[in-house]
Amino acid sequence: MNNQLYLRNVASLEYDASRCTGCRMCIEVCPHNVFRMAGRKAEVVRLDSCMECGACALNCIAGALTVKRGVGCASAVITGYLKKSEPTCSCGGDDKCC
Amino acid sequence: MDYSGLSIIRPPGVDSIWSLRDYLGALRVKSSIGRGRYRVNPGLYRLGQPDKDSEVIITSNYKLSFDLVRKSLDGMNTWILVLETYGINVWCAAGKGTFGTDEVIRQVKESRLSQYVSHRRLILPQLGASGVSAHGVKEATGFSVKFGPVRADDIKEYISSGYSKNDVTRSVQFNLMDRFILTPVEIVNSIRYLLAIIIFFFLLSGIYAGGYSVSLIWKEGIRAGLYLLAAYLSGAFLGPLLLPYLPFRQFGGKGMVAGFVVFGLIGIMSLRSMPYLALAGWFLLSGGVSSFLTMNFTGASTYTSLSGVRREMRVFVPVQILLVLTGLSLVVIAKFV
Repeated sequence: MNNQLYLRNVASLEYDASRCTGCRMCIEVCPHNVFRMAGRKAEVVRLDSCMECGACALNCIAGALTVKRGVGCASAVITGYLKKSEPTCSCGGDDKCC
Repeated sequence: MDYSGLSIIRPPGVDSIWSLRDYLGALRVKSSIGRGRYRVNPGLYRLGQPDKDSEVIITSNYKLSFDLVRKSLDGMNTWILVLETYGINVWCAAGKGTFGTDEVIRQVKESRLSQYVSHRRLILPQLGASGVSAHGVKEATGFSVKFGPVRADDIKEYISSGYSKNDVTRSVQFNLMDRFILTPVEIVNSIRYLLAIIIFFFLLSGIYAGGYSVSLIWKEGIRAGLYLLAAYLSGAFLGPLLLPYLPFRQFGGKGMVAGFVVFGLIGIMSLRSMPYLALAGWFLLSGGVSSFLTMNFTGASTYTSLSGVRREMRVFVPVQILLVLTGLSLVVIAKFV
């Protein structure tokens, strides 16, 4: 898993520890083990593993997490650029999927 | 469970055994054929003989997802609640929002789930979490959401261990086999572009210092076609497969290296039969094409972020354009010197 790190210092995840209630939800939902508990609060330990899926922010009832959510997909970025819209996964209907 | 005297119907039953048709269907959609049409009807299902205390497992209506879930629950009695995700798997549907808070709420209400079970607990696949807000579902339905493991195979253990996960069942893997299975998708996705480009190079091959020759199209064109096919496979197959072993963190960089290495090997074998200038041109072309294709594999990978992809594209799209244009120029110039 360690050799599957993408680019450094680019993830848009932001964490406001003062709001954290220690409910552990972020740890439960993160597919890349970005968080862990430090005492009674969560802490970000692997920011560079974050793929910006948005699961943590959506499930943080305390609003301690924000992330610019999106798909890490080059063809979605190209399609979005051509259509002048936000990059989205083209999967759907009969399309091949991500 | 006794349904007599209840205002609810008996939901359709399924079992955990796959029929031959299920296996063939899985094989078919894994080869990217008719994937979007491979669906089950949304709603509540019975697996085995569930009762008021049985777990409720939620999944998407992509039939392969549904089949994997019921197969993994072999020997258990559970409810399966299927969301309408239009035939898309859980993770992609969560990203699009169809596997989302609103759809969970809608299915819980429409299926009258609260009359089938006495507890108030839903088990969702963890990868659904990017679309479903647990507190949102709780507020609207009274059901608390438990995000289970990433893979269906771990659901049983998750339940028997009292809903606990570890770092492994919680994380997304992307091993050699996963990548190998996904490469055909990429290869099929861009094959029509490859064919168009090969035709372009066939026509280009006819050009020589003295004019245009049809016999050259065959002689040179077939070679050009093979070189392109090599660059294509290097970018769409080798690059993704060797992802962790290639230098660079950027997928575009990894693909470029793969393309250079592949044509480097071909080039050494062609040193006597081709002008150096043309070889240099093909070397650059191969790196550019391969870089672009591996960059497109970011969408199939499980660990790239949008911010990261944007940053890598700002560097590698210009690099790819430069490589292809320079390479193409050298190949053409080589015909005249």
